[in-house]
Amino acid sequence: MKFGLLHSLIRKEEKLLIEEFQARDVNLTMIDDRNLVFDLESVPDVDVILERSINHSRSLYGLRLFEAGGIHCINSAEVAKTCGDKILTSVALKEAGVRQPPVRVAFTEASALSAIEELGYPVVLKPAVGSWGRLLSKVNDRESAEAILEHKSLLGSYHHSIFYIQKFVEKKGRDIRSFVVGDECIAAIYRSSEHWITNTARGAVASGCDVDANIAEISLAAADAVGGGILAVDLFETEGGLSVNEVNYTMEFRNSIETTGVNIPARIVDFTLRSRP
Amino acid sequence: MTECPVCGAEITFAQGTVVGELLECADCGSELEVIGLDPAAVTEAPETEEDWGE
Repeated sequence: MKFGLLHSLIRKEEKLLIEEFQARDVNLTMIDDRNLVFDLESVPDVDVILERSINHSRSLYGLRLFEAGGIHCINSAEVAKTCGDKILTSVALKEAGVRQPPVRVAFTEASALSAIEELGYPVVLKPAVGSWGRLLSKVNDRESAEAILEHKSLLGSYHHSIFYIQKFVEKKGRDIRSFVVGDECIAAIYRSSEHWITNTARGAVASGCDVDANIAEISLAAADAVGGGILAVDLFETEGGLSVNEVNYTMEFRNSIETTGVNIPARIVDFTLRSRP
Repeated sequence: MTECPVCGAEITFAQGTVVGELLECADCGSELEVIGLDPAAVTEAPETEEDWGE
């Protein structure tokens, strides 16, 4: 079996993964997405590709093109498509019966405003495609809603006129990030911040979180709902139980190895080496 | 060994450095990308794009 790593920039995560492949004497083919040209015929001489691109759009098309050439990809193009789009993720969670906050999707400013008023303030407006907590808007009242919807309509690309509206969840300063590899929830962290956005990319602090039966159950259900593989699941703790916020398919874990005591890159590499086309 | 394209500080690669790797200049804090190992070369890392993330 020949293994490839699809990447662009080599961050701490990719470096750790490369070292784990090297520790297992795997001759890894590095595939920089910035150098790729597809002709719909030829593909790299590998059997399995572990996807680690930082660009969602490149991952999305690259994985599909590699799969068309017969390469087994982790995660799959279908998983990337679903997880990279919050609307598709919500649909997948709904179809699988996985608990998530109330969500509305609307296509115009007027219908979005109606949806927000019906959900009740506060709500969070999110770009359907986006990460690291960027361009999230917590909307506390009608005046803010009108202004933000107008700005998104006029200043953004057409993507920003597809309105994904999530009921704001009071999470008391933290959420949970769990890590799923295959059929196991291998670790979890709390992400704590005084800001309502608790992404570690935005300065939230990671701390250890035991993977209890509830976390494992909903994490595995969410991972299965989007197609399975190597996934990070963001969870809210609510009075009614855990609720899935997002599922990430190119997960970052640099802050979670020491925190959890779990060698996450080793687990990812072992899963990749066990996988078969 | 090479130099930071922003401040001119000396940049030395650690063992195991790979092309594409991100480094931080110890002097000015600029984020740099390794674009060559022999000879050593770095450039300023690209700016964050809209679809970057997890």
